[in-house]
Amino acid sequence: MTTAVTTAGPKIAPVPPEPPPAEPNYLNVSYSLWSWLTTVDHKRIGLLYLISISVFFVAGGVAAGVVRLNLLSPDGAFVNEDTYNRAFTGHGVLMLFFFLIPAVPGVLGNFLIPMMIGAKDLAFPKLNLASWYVFMVGAGFGVWALLAGGIDTGWTLYPPYSSRSSTSNVIPGVFGVFISGFSSIMTGLNIMVTVHKMRAPGMTWGRLPLFVWSLYATSLIQLLGTPVVAITTVLLMVERVAGIGIFDPMIGGDPVLFQHLFWFYSHPAVYIMILPGMGVISEVLTCFSRKNIFGYHAVAWSSMGIAVVGFLLWAHHMFVAGISFYSALLFSFLSMLVAVPSAIKVFNWTGTLYRGSITFQAPMLFGLGFVVLFVIGGLTGLFLATLGTDIHLHDTYFVVAHFHFVMVGGMVLGYMAGIHFWWPKMFGVMYSDWWSRVAAAIIIVGFFLTFVPQFVLGYHGMPRRYPNYPAEFQVYNVMSTAGASILGLGYLLPAFYLPLSLVFGKKAGANPWSATGLEWVSPSPPPLFNFDEANMPVVVCGPYEYALGVDQLGRGLPPGPGLGEANDPASKSEAPAAPGPMKKETEVVG
Amino acid sequence: MSASTHSPVLKHHFGDLGQQHASERLGMWMFLATEVLFFAGLFGAYACYRLWYASEFEFASAFMNLKIASINTVLLVTSSLTMTLAIRAAKLGNKSGLYTHLLLTFALGTGFMVLKGFEYAHDFHESYLPGEGTFVHSNMQTEAVARGLDTGKVRLFLCFYYIMTGIHGIHIVIGLGCILWLVQQAYANKIPPENYSTVEVVSLYWHLVDAIWLFLMPLLYLAGAHLKVGPH
Repeated sequence: MTTAVTTAGPKIAPVPPEPPPAEPNYLNVSYSLWSWLTTVDHKRIGLLYLISISVFFVAGGVAAGVVRLNLLSPDGAFVNEDTYNRAFTGHGVLMLFFFLIPAVPGVLGNFLIPMMIGAKDLAFPKLNLASWYVFMVGAGFGVWALLAGGIDTGWTLYPPYSSRSSTSNVIPGVFGVFISGFSSIMTGLNIMVTVHKMRAPGMTWGRLPLFVWSLYATSLIQLLGTPVVAITTVLLMVERVAGIGIFDPMIGGDPVLFQHLFWFYSHPAVYIMILPGMGVISEVLTCFSRKNIFGYHAVAWSSMGIAVVGFLLWAHHMFVAGISFYSALLFSFLSMLVAVPSAIKVFNWTGTLYRGSITFQAPMLFGLGFVVLFVIGGLTGLFLATLGTDIHLHDTYFVVAHFHFVMVGGMVLGYMAGIHFWWPKMFGVMYSDWWSRVAAAIIIVGFFLTFVPQFVLGYHGMPRRYPNYPAEFQVYNVMSTAGASILGLGYLLPAFYLPLSLVFGKKAGANPWSATGLEWVSPSPPPLFNFDEANMPVVVCGPYEYALGVDQLGRGLPPGPGLGEANDPASKSEAPAAPGPMKKETEVVG
Repeated sequence: MSASTHSPVLKHHFGDLGQQHASERLGMWMFLATEVLFFAGLFGAYACYRLWYASEFEFASAFMNLKIASINTVLLVTSSLTMTLAIRAAKLGNKSGLYTHLLLTFALGTGFMVLKGFEYAHDFHESYLPGEGTFVHSNMQTEAVARGLDTGKVRLFLCFYYIMTGIHGIHIVIGLGCILWLVQQAYANKIPPENYSTVEVVSLYWHLVDAIWLFLMPLLYLAGAHLKVGPH
C-alpha cells in the first residue's frame, strides 16, 4: 500500500514533522488523586466528567434493562407495577439529567473547545471545576433518591401527582435535578465566554470548527433554558414541602402552568442533547470522507437556528393537555419549522459525503449511523408535530421510539463517534480497530431491533409507561427486548476495548486521522497548556481544508486514516485496515 | 505556573488584562441573563394569575406593608449608588474610599434584610400565611369573605409573595457575601486600580438584584394600593 494515494488534493504545503511527545503531558504531570480532584485543567475536568457520566450511563442502562425485561410478558415478567414505575423514572432521570445533558458538553466540550480555538484553557477554570463538583452533588441527591427507593412520577414530574399524591422520593430527586442544572449553566457560560473572548489570532467566527458552533448554540440554550426549570423545580419542591403552592388546584393554581414552565426548558433541553452530537458528526464526516464540509455557513447557522426556534415550540408536548386550539396550531407550525435547520444539516452532511474518499473506521461508522437514525427520528417527530396524528400517537410507544431514535440513535451514537474520534488525542493510544467496528455494527443493529417494533406498538396504541399490555403486543415487546439485549452487548464492548487500549494500544501520533483542526497540532496526549507556549497557534484558514490538504495553520496533512502504513490504526494482525478501493482514483474537489 | 507576569493579577491562561476583564464582564452579563430567565419563570406565572384573579390579587396586595417596602426601595436604590462609587474608588486606587463605599453598600443591604425580617414577623403575627389553617384567623380572611372574594386565590397571592420575596432575599444575602469578599480582596491588595473590574462585576450582580426589587415592589405592594382595605 502506498502512502501517495490521494488523501487530499494537490499537496500545497509540506507535511510538518511529528511533534515530540509533550513532557510532561496533562496526564503524567502528577498522579495523586488529590491533583485530579483539585485540577483546574479543562482536559482533566473533561475526564472527570467522562468517568462520572459513564457510571450514570450504566446505572440508567440497568434501569432500562429492568423495564425491557419486565415487558417480556403482558402481565409484567418479574417486578410489580410500583417497581416498574420507579425503574422507568430512574431510567429517564439518570439518562437525561446525568448522562445526555452533560455528555458531550462536559466531556468533549471541556476537553476540546480550548484546543479547537487555540486557547490555553476555558475562560473560568475554577468555575469549570466547580461545575463538576456541583454536578456530583446534584447526582448525589439523585442517587440518594434512587437508593431510598426511587421516584414513581416519570421524569416529567407533573403535579399534582408529584406534589400531592406520590409517596416516593420526589424531593431528593428534584433537588438533584435543580443542583445539577447549575452545573449545566456553568459549563454553558464558560464555553460561551471562551468562544467569544479566547480565540487564537486568525480564528474568526467563520473559521470556527462546526463542533464549536454547535456547542456555542448548546450553551445558549443551557444559559437561557436551565434557569426556568430551576425555578420550576423550586416551586414544585415548595409546594410539596409546604403542602400549598402555585400549581395547587385547590386554591386556583394551574397544574398545566407547570407543564408550560417545565417544557420551556425541557423541550430546548433535547437540543442541548442533540446539537453537540451534530457538531461531532460535522467533524467526523468531513475527516473520513476527506472533503471540505458542504455549506459551512448553512451548517453553522442552522445550529443557531435550532437553538432559537427550539425555544418557541415547547407546547407541542401539551396538545392533549387542554391548551387552546389556536395556540396548538401555532406550536404545531413552529414544531415543523425546527425541522428546517435540522434538514439543512442532514442535506449538507450528505453533500459532504457525496464523492468523498470515504473510509469506515469506528468514528465514521458511528457517524453514519447517527445520520440514518437521526433522519428517522426527526421525520417521525413531524408525525407528532401534526395535530391530527398527535391525538392518535400522543403518549404511545411511537413517542418513545421517536425520541429514542433521536436521543440514543442520534446523541449516543454522536457521543460514541466523538469518543472514538478523539480518544487517541485524549490518551495518545489507538484502540482496537476491529473491535470498535464490531461494536458500532452491533449497536446499530441492536438499536434498530429495539426501537422499530416500538413504532409499530405505538401506532397500534400501546401507551408508554404502562406495565401491562394486551397479549397480541407481546411479539413486538419480545423483539424489542431482544434488541435491547444486543444493544446492551454493543455498549459493553467499548467498556472493554477502550480501557484495554490504555495499556495495550498502539501509540497514536499527533494527528492519526489526518484531520485539520487545531486540536491535532499538539502532541497526543497534549501538554498541560495545550500548545507550545512560546509558539501559540495563528490560524490562517478555515477548519475543513481537506481539498487543499492543509490544517488550520496552513501546514500539510499526514496520510489519511486507513490509507497510509504509518497511520494504520488497525492493531496487530486484525482485519486489513484499508476498507478496500474506496474511490481512490477520484480526485476530490472541494 | 508562572509565565508572562505583567501584572500579579493577570491569570495565566489570558493574554492580557484587557482580555481577562472583558471575559469577566461578559461572563457576568451572561449570568445576569440566566438570572433574568430564573425570575422570568416567576413573573410569568404571576402574570397569568394576576390576569385571571385580578380582584383577589389587588385585594391581597393591599394588605402588604407598603411603608416598609418603600423604605426598603430607598435603601436598595441608594446602595446601587454607593456600589457604583466603590467602582470609581477602586479605579482611582482610593482604598479608603473603596472600603467606605463597600461597607456602606453592605450596611444598606443589611438594613434591607433586617426590615424585611420585621415585615415577615408582622405578616406572621397577622396570620397572612397561605396555609388554610392559619389564614382563617387573619382579618384578610374575614374581609375577603365579606367582599365575596375567593380566599383560595387570595392565598395564592400569598404563595407568590413569600416565594418571590424569599428568593429575592436569598439573592441579596449572596450579594452581601460577595461584597464582604470584595472587602477581603481589597484588604489582601488583590484589587489594584488596573483590576477594578472585580468590583464592577460584583456591582453588575448587585444592580440586577436591585432591579428585580423594582419589579417586585409594584407587583406585590402597589397592585392594591388604591383599595381602601387592609392596615394602612
